[in-house]
Amino acid sequence: MIAIRDMPRRLWHGTVDHLDPPLLIITLTIMGVGLATVFSATYDHDNRLVAQFINMGVALAVMWAMAQVPPQKLMRFAVPLYIIGVILLVLVFLFGIKVNGARRWLNIGITRIQPSEIMKIAMPLMLAWYFHKYEAALQLRHYVIALLLLVVPFGLVAKQPDLGTAILIGAAGFYVLFFAGLQWKIILGFAAAGGVAAPFLWNVLHDYQKRRILTLIDPTSDPLGSGYHIIQSTIAIGSGGSTGKGWLQGTQTHLEFIPEKHTDFIFAVYSEEWGLVGNTVLLVLYLLLVGRGMMIAANASTLFSRLLAGSITLSLFTYAFVNMGMVSGIMPVVGVPLPFMSYGGTALVILCLGLGILMSIQTHRMLVKK
Amino acid sequence: MRRRHHHDAFHHQDSDLYRFRFRLGFAAVAVLIAFTLLFARFFWLQVIQHDYYATRAEGNRISLVPVTPNRGVIVDRNGTVMARNYSAFTLEITPSKVRDLEASIEELSRLIEIQTKDRKRFKKLMDESKNFESIPIRTRLTDKEVAKFAANRYRFPGIEVKARLFRQYPLGEVGSHALGYIGRVNDRDLDTIRNAELEANYKGTDHFGKSGLEQKYEFALHGKTGYEEVEIDAGGRAVRNLSRTAPVPGNNLTLTLDAKLQAITEQAFGDRRGALVAIEPETGGILALVSKPTFDPNLFVDGIRTDDWDAYNTNPDKPMINRAIYGTYPPGSTFKPFMALAALETGKRTPQQSISDPGYFNFGGHHFRDDKVGGHGMVDMYKSIVHSCDTYYYMLANDMGIENIANFMGQLGLGQRTGIDIEGESEGVLPSQAWKKRRFKRPEQQKWYAGETISIGIGQGYNSYTPLQLALATATVANNGVMFRPHIVKYIVDSKSGEKSMVEPEPIRRLPFKQQNIDVIKKAMVGVNKEGTGGRAFAGAEYESGGKTGTAQVYSLKGEKYEAGKVKERLRDHALFVAFAPADKPKIALAVLVENGGFGAQSAAPIARMVIDYYLLGKLPKGAATEDESAVEADE
Repeated sequence: MIAIRDMPRRLWHGTVDHLDPPLLIITLTIMGVGLATVFSATYDHDNRLVAQFINMGVALAVMWAMAQVPPQKLMRFAVPLYIIGVILLVLVFLFGIKVNGARRWLNIGITRIQPSEIMKIAMPLMLAWYFHKYEAALQLRHYVIALLLLVVPFGLVAKQPDLGTAILIGAAGFYVLFFAGLQWKIILGFAAAGGVAAPFLWNVLHDYQKRRILTLIDPTSDPLGSGYHIIQSTIAIGSGGSTGKGWLQGTQTHLEFIPEKHTDFIFAVYSEEWGLVGNTVLLVLYLLLVGRGMMIAANASTLFSRLLAGSITLSLFTYAFVNMGMVSGIMPVVGVPLPFMSYGGTALVILCLGLGILMSIQTHRMLVKK
Repeated sequence: MRRRHHHDAFHHQDSDLYRFRFRLGFAAVAVLIAFTLLFARFFWLQVIQHDYYATRAEGNRISLVPVTPNRGVIVDRNGTVMARNYSAFTLEITPSKVRDLEASIEELSRLIEIQTKDRKRFKKLMDESKNFESIPIRTRLTDKEVAKFAANRYRFPGIEVKARLFRQYPLGEVGSHALGYIGRVNDRDLDTIRNAELEANYKGTDHFGKSGLEQKYEFALHGKTGYEEVEIDAGGRAVRNLSRTAPVPGNNLTLTLDAKLQAITEQAFGDRRGALVAIEPETGGILALVSKPTFDPNLFVDGIRTDDWDAYNTNPDKPMINRAIYGTYPPGSTFKPFMALAALETGKRTPQQSISDPGYFNFGGHHFRDDKVGGHGMVDMYKSIVHSCDTYYYMLANDMGIENIANFMGQLGLGQRTGIDIEGESEGVLPSQAWKKRRFKRPEQQKWYAGETISIGIGQGYNSYTPLQLALATATVANNGVMFRPHIVKYIVDSKSGEKSMVEPEPIRRLPFKQQNIDVIKKAMVGVNKEGTGGRAFAGAEYESGGKTGTAQVYSLKGEKYEAGKVKERLRDHALFVAFAPADKPKIALAVLVENGGFGAQSAAPIARMVIDYYLLGKLPKGAATEDESAVEADE
């Protein structure tokens, strides 16, 4: 009798136990804003609202599933996932499909996949596992090995060439190293070395990459070429003013002045229609998301989960910052979607995968302590 | 030891956690700084720079598209349309939007017929125009061609079909020297527009009057450009119209010209070169302004094709020259009535005063020959005009002196631009001491010799006037000394209010001639057409008319008797005739010139007869021939 009465309650608990309400609410809010913006960006023709809604559903399901997996179990996946990721990247390097001069995709029969996306999660997972494993006796060589683990996929992705994604993967790995206690002098040393190497790296960059950086410095230098995106998106943002032109009223958006308006440049659409008020709201939402992630990281019970949570959280921040910085013209144009806002299934799934891990870390904490 | 180790490990873990949280805190600060940076950027763009970007967005969004007004229509005095507009499809290329022009045109030509001359014209237009303009490669597309291109449009970025208004001159060559033509705006036209401060009004206009009335009345015909505020998308395609300021069509011109008369006159010339100007003496309105050969102004409208242009340019008959206002010719004997009037007005002769004509005039041992061997005998003023006696005028010129002649002829407008309302007038030459001083450089050339005055008296020598000037002088005499500025446009009709504004309603000169003197001259000129050199041409006319024949030497024969047949056609004399009719109340006055036509009575007078008959009676004289071979009179 009692058991039967408890059934719905148990079922409910079984479903929601491992979700983190604050994280979920913040994410759903941003997703809601994102859906409205995707609608605005695409309703003129080729409406993507339903497609994005489905993407979100799938992503949330992935999030829920990940939240059920305890961190200890997750650790088991770290090494295989990383190795598979690297192998796929090598395959891309060898047999990848060339699109727009970049070899990023791999044909796996049924569909095409972009292995670099896997690395966004596999990288912090691997490094967090690695540091966790040698937690008790961390020495310099561990950092060196970790650095190698970081550099290999980074190099493969950068070589595709996809500098944007490479930097994001590198950042995710670096955050693990940073939280794992990589010494300041080494960090500063690398920064200094990077500064010195910059002119040499410049020569290694592809023409389009150089152009993007030059465009950032002076977008008007090539107003019809690579500067066009940035000029138009800053016009969109600036013309939005303090309160925006109103939903569906953005002229830059609806007259097609904003390129890639439902994907990488969706922030320009949002910003034009909602103005500084809207931007501030969005910044606060991301801040809350990052804040909650940091709280989860701070309270995580193992080194693995701390490092992983920290890295995932800072990665979320990085995506948001790089995207908004790019669209508003203070960062070079790199193909980074705005988390939970930009249209696109893959990015959403990867992001929600991260969120699921964060939730898992948060909700399995007690069990570990017990 | 184990416990201690355990403790250490614990301690170690604690310090690890502490360090982790410190770094987390550090990251949180970094995140805050980064987001503050973003906020600052947004604040900069959306608050401080908002006006700038709002303007940029509007500039992006809104494009002012000029709406070209319809050019004014030109009709003759009876309402016959001489210049109008019609709509046609053209295939146009904007060179700046096409990557490989040659290849695009090549591909296009596989779809729509593009001839070599189309390409040549396109090249020429492209050289003349700004890069961002769209330039026609083909005009007057058929519906089928339009459909064909529309289906393949995506393949040709920067190329489009446009509906354009084209200028059309329905009468073709008729009146082309008066009407002129329009062509595409060039740099010189742009300067004109700029000087008139009409740049704004000419946005979107790509044609401009190049000659004739089209040029002179360009600003009246053009109209006021309207504007459409169009919302455009990033591809420059119009999304919707926001507002429209309708253009004001150009004003229409009603001419004094009579298109039928003009056509008849042009026909009367046949293949001969020459000019005719017919004026309504009471108003100064030009009834016909002919310069032969003519040209077809329709060929110029969308850029003349190179071969057409070459044909006009290499034609030895120079069809593009407006002989009526630009060509200058010695007036020959048509000068005599004016000389006679001068004699009366200055008191040098009375009508009755006679001279004895031995067939020559001796001046300083040189014989100035009369055309009639043996002379006309006793000659008074009437006879001197009717039979065109040279000796009478040799003597008269000698008696008057060059300054008196120049002063008098100046009053009649000879040797001056008349101020007719088309460009390209010549001044002509009214010889005088002052003129010679201006004309020549060397002092011995600058001096006026009395002997030079003699042949001035019969309209030869330095004398050189445009047919228009001769017609105006004739009209002024016919109108009893009241002179109007000759004009082709009667009035301009305001396209909005329908208001008519007359072009030249007031006379410019009232010459203080004695009416009795004028009557003497008119009577003598009537005598010319009755019993004199114009008698044959005007035989059987249903009205009384006055006239005077003239022959202008092209080639100096040095004492030899001129025989038309022996001289090459191009060296034959020019034939002239001036006339007015009806004699009592002239409705038409004219001057005819037939280049190398020989005697005026032979080739020029019959044309005058046809024109006057047609104008006054609405029909042509019976058995009208364009050239009257039998009219040759030895004593002209």
